[in-house]
Amino acid sequence: MPVYSIDVAENEQDTIFERSIDEFRVVAMRQRELVAPQRLSGQTLRQMNALSVADAVRYFAGVQIKDYGGVGGLKTVDVRSMGSNHLGVFYDGLQIGNAQNGTVDLGKFSLENVEEVAVYNGQKSDIFQPAKDFGTSGSVYLQTRRPNFSGDKRINASAKVSCGSFDLRNGSLLLETKITDNISYSANAEYTDASGKYKFRYRKRFTDARGNTIVAWDTTGVRQNGEIDALRLENSIFGSSDGAVWHLKAYYYKSARGLPRAIVRNVWTSSQRQYDRDFFVQGSLQKDFDEAISTKLNAKYSYDYMHYINPDTTLMYVDNTFRQYAVYASTANRLAVSDIFDIAFSADFERNWLKSDMANFALPKRTTLLAALAANLALGNVALQASLLGNFINDAASAKERKTENKTRKLTPAIFVKYTPTEDKKLSFSAFCKRMFRMPTFNDLYYTDIGNISLRPEYTTQFDLGVNELITRGAMQISLAADAYYIKVSDKILAVPKGNSQYRWMMMNIGKVDIRGAEARVGCKLPYVSCQLNYTYQRAHDVTDPTDNGQRGTYNGQISYIPEHSGSALVSATWHDWALNYSFIYVGERYHVSANIAENYEPSWYTNDLSLHKHLILNKILKFDLSFEVNNILDQQYDVVLNYPMPGRNYKGSVRISY
Amino acid sequence: MEKRIHKLLLQWTLISAMLFVVAACRDDKELLMPETEDVDDITESRDLAGFYLLNEGNMGSNKATLDYFDFASGQYTRNIYAEANQTVVQELGDVGNDLNIYGSRLYAVINCSNFVEVMDVHTARHIGTIEVPNCRYMAFSGRYAYLTSYAGPVLISTDYKQIGYVAKIDTATLQVVATCNVGFQPDGIAVDADGGKIYVANSGGYMVPNYENTVSVIDIETFTEERRIEVVNNLHRLCIDSHKQLWVSSRGDYFEQPSRLYCVDLQTESLCDSVDVAVGSFWLDGDSLYVCSNEFSYETYDNTASYAIVDVKHHTVVTRNFITDGTDERIQVPYGICVNPLTKDIFVTDARNYVSPGVLYCFDKYGKKKWSVSTGDIPAHFALHYK
Repeated sequence: MPVYSIDVAENEQDTIFERSIDEFRVVAMRQRELVAPQRLSGQTLRQMNALSVADAVRYFAGVQIKDYGGVGGLKTVDVRSMGSNHLGVFYDGLQIGNAQNGTVDLGKFSLENVEEVAVYNGQKSDIFQPAKDFGTSGSVYLQTRRPNFSGDKRINASAKVSCGSFDLRNGSLLLETKITDNISYSANAEYTDASGKYKFRYRKRFTDARGNTIVAWDTTGVRQNGEIDALRLENSIFGSSDGAVWHLKAYYYKSARGLPRAIVRNVWTSSQRQYDRDFFVQGSLQKDFDEAISTKLNAKYSYDYMHYINPDTTLMYVDNTFRQYAVYASTANRLAVSDIFDIAFSADFERNWLKSDMANFALPKRTTLLAALAANLALGNVALQASLLGNFINDAASAKERKTENKTRKLTPAIFVKYTPTEDKKLSFSAFCKRMFRMPTFNDLYYTDIGNISLRPEYTTQFDLGVNELITRGAMQISLAADAYYIKVSDKILAVPKGNSQYRWMMMNIGKVDIRGAEARVGCKLPYVSCQLNYTYQRAHDVTDPTDNGQRGTYNGQISYIPEHSGSALVSATWHDWALNYSFIYVGERYHVSANIAENYEPSWYTNDLSLHKHLILNKILKFDLSFEVNNILDQQYDVVLNYPMPGRNYKGSVRISY
Repeated sequence: MEKRIHKLLLQWTLISAMLFVVAACRDDKELLMPETEDVDDITESRDLAGFYLLNEGNMGSNKATLDYFDFASGQYTRNIYAEANQTVVQELGDVGNDLNIYGSRLYAVINCSNFVEVMDVHTARHIGTIEVPNCRYMAFSGRYAYLTSYAGPVLISTDYKQIGYVAKIDTATLQVVATCNVGFQPDGIAVDADGGKIYVANSGGYMVPNYENTVSVIDIETFTEERRIEVVNNLHRLCIDSHKQLWVSSRGDYFEQPSRLYCVDLQTESLCDSVDVAVGSFWLDGDSLYVCSNEFSYETYDNTASYAIVDVKHHTVVTRNFITDGTDERIQVPYGICVNPLTKDIFVTDARNYVSPGVLYCFDKYGKKKWSVSTGDIPAHFALHYK
């Protein structure tokens, strides 16, 4: 890959961790970003006790996950308390959309084929990228494995089998072939099956008049209706020639799952089910004409089918099907005006539409045109980056013979600055500010009964200051990073009461949130040990209703499910063919709603996970990887979301055979 | 340099170890104890002791709670159930939907927990439960309780249709002794003991836009549905006045047809009149029907609050806003209503945003605010407690 320069200083986080040759290739594909993201890749990612992408992103600073429990339970991610709708998820450079409800269930994305997970605050601070990449308030980039053939090998193959608690059975196959010297093909299939059953325990205590702690009640149960059955198929072709690289990918995911319900008095089981079929094809082509001009083309078509059924005779019967379609095309272009000044222009087109068999369904369509202008200026030890995104969005729908149209025209800017005072670039200061919005989703706007067609976009304004330092001493490397930020969320779309019954809601642009936060990250690598520690402080206050400022009021209360303190630790030790990993997550006390009173209090939780890996080289042809993991070693009983119990201690073992 | 790094590493290891230890002290959740507030409003009465207020709690939160206001001491106590019943697993349950006192017992209908909690009326101590899925509203006659439920048999048809029913419960054994099928999604229920009839408001709320529009008439003796009285779409609440009239509220369809109050003549069992007021909740006191509502319309995309008094004898609206001091401006979502039969003080609850604590307002008979107090989530259903 001689056409791509590797700028180590720009990607200092990477140098911390061991990099194999194929990881270097991943880095090589990447363009220069001003501010390095938080990354998990390679060995660290492979040896994590994580099944899905959601399990991995929990370890990043500033990230909060809403987990409804188990293998199949919904898992959504929120970066810096802005709400999961503000987070963009990109799979091999192209965004995974969900115009229907705006959030991507990261529990649906397997880590099996993923080489790197990166979280960016604000946006990826790169100018040469599709306009969509400028269009979120925070983003997660998932990079899948790319074929790499050592020596004369023309085929790589591997098979992996795992099983464990929750009656989990998971199997995957990978095949990579070199078609020509410049073209390779990769196929990957994965099947997951689990009953989703696990024991949980709910208990409450109180303190009597004499100060004794008394257990009021104590009960155990088995989580029901959490079964999942999922199949993922991926096919990719990668090619390069004449300064051009391209890839084509087809992705298919099919799942059938039960939706576990809230555990409330007398009702612990449910029979709701969800069937998903997600399909997309995407292609990407990047060409460098010379040192100064580069262009990138991206295109995607996706089709998502979702069938939801609630056959419970004690509840309202629901049986609905939703079909979501999207077509997307993008061009991004970069011109190096001089050694120190680059400009880029990108334009994206997307069309989304949603069909459903629901009564009075609005059949919404959305046409999005995005145009971004960005520039990069390097002035000695100061680098500046500015981007301006033009958003032109047209929505149309027709419900009850009433046609509605909605036009959104917005300009959203972002500015990044980086200052590296020393020659070796090991110390850097960075800052960014960005204003962005998220569109109301199709559900917000048109969902039969709750939708509100007069919704406006929901805004975020972010200010961030960061410092990074890389310390190397012999074989020891330490990276230190800290960020402080202030974010304002305005016109937040919230469900509010409608009419005379609590079963009726509507969506309104009424919320305001004031977020002040700080993050500290430490990474260190010694010859046999490496570790990563993260700490996040967040004061995310609900400032929606200044009149509700009484003792039991919501004004200036910490918003729902956001802890003030949270942190994580990842430690791994390697010795010859053995590796031992320890991971720890801590989420401090939280409240279910922004009235921060005892009724809404949720205690802190933390989990300790351990895993042991063994690499076995059988002969020159076959290699084995064995691993065994124990999660939640202390068997802690906790809820992430009120009344959705999480699993206690659980186990998983796996074997991979590679050729 | 190396020393510094080692020191730093050591510090971090210590910090994380400390974090671990701190985290290891994770506590169980606390059972919440009652909280009492003094509202400085004492009413002397020979027979009226106070009232219970059932907070619904948002669906899935398992936060139905019971509050009590004591007239003699002027003390308002939040969340009395948990302390009175410390060993009951998961407290009162998920979504309170109706509250009644009959004899020496307090009955709380817990909709999403599929049962009725039966308590001692003086202590709120658990006596037993009546298991009825998707139970809604309750009425009493003789030794029996009658409870509406959405969860009747599924009809054999091309569409999924599930009929509602009324369960007849022996209050001595708390067992369902008979059931009687009615219309789709039955809500309000009222007993006319003199006429020997039970009336049930059928809503059809799960069948939008094909609402039900009838009141079912059940004969108490045979416990069978005799006939249906056609009223209007989406019926909700029922009450019988002292003039042999049945008052029925409709939620409307949220589009063209507004929420409204209807009157059925029980002698002829036919619709005889309607009064142009929107109804969310009502409370009958003598010949005055106190009504509050938070009506939503898709025409305006807005909620309209109203606080009315209807003269049930003359079928006239006495006032469309009984709150005279402007306090209505501060109420976000008027939800529940009750009237003190002695002082004619009016109690109105504000459900606010449904997920935060609500507010109970007390107005004197002239509509001036006397006091207000914070409640549980979605304060909704009152039961007057006589000594």
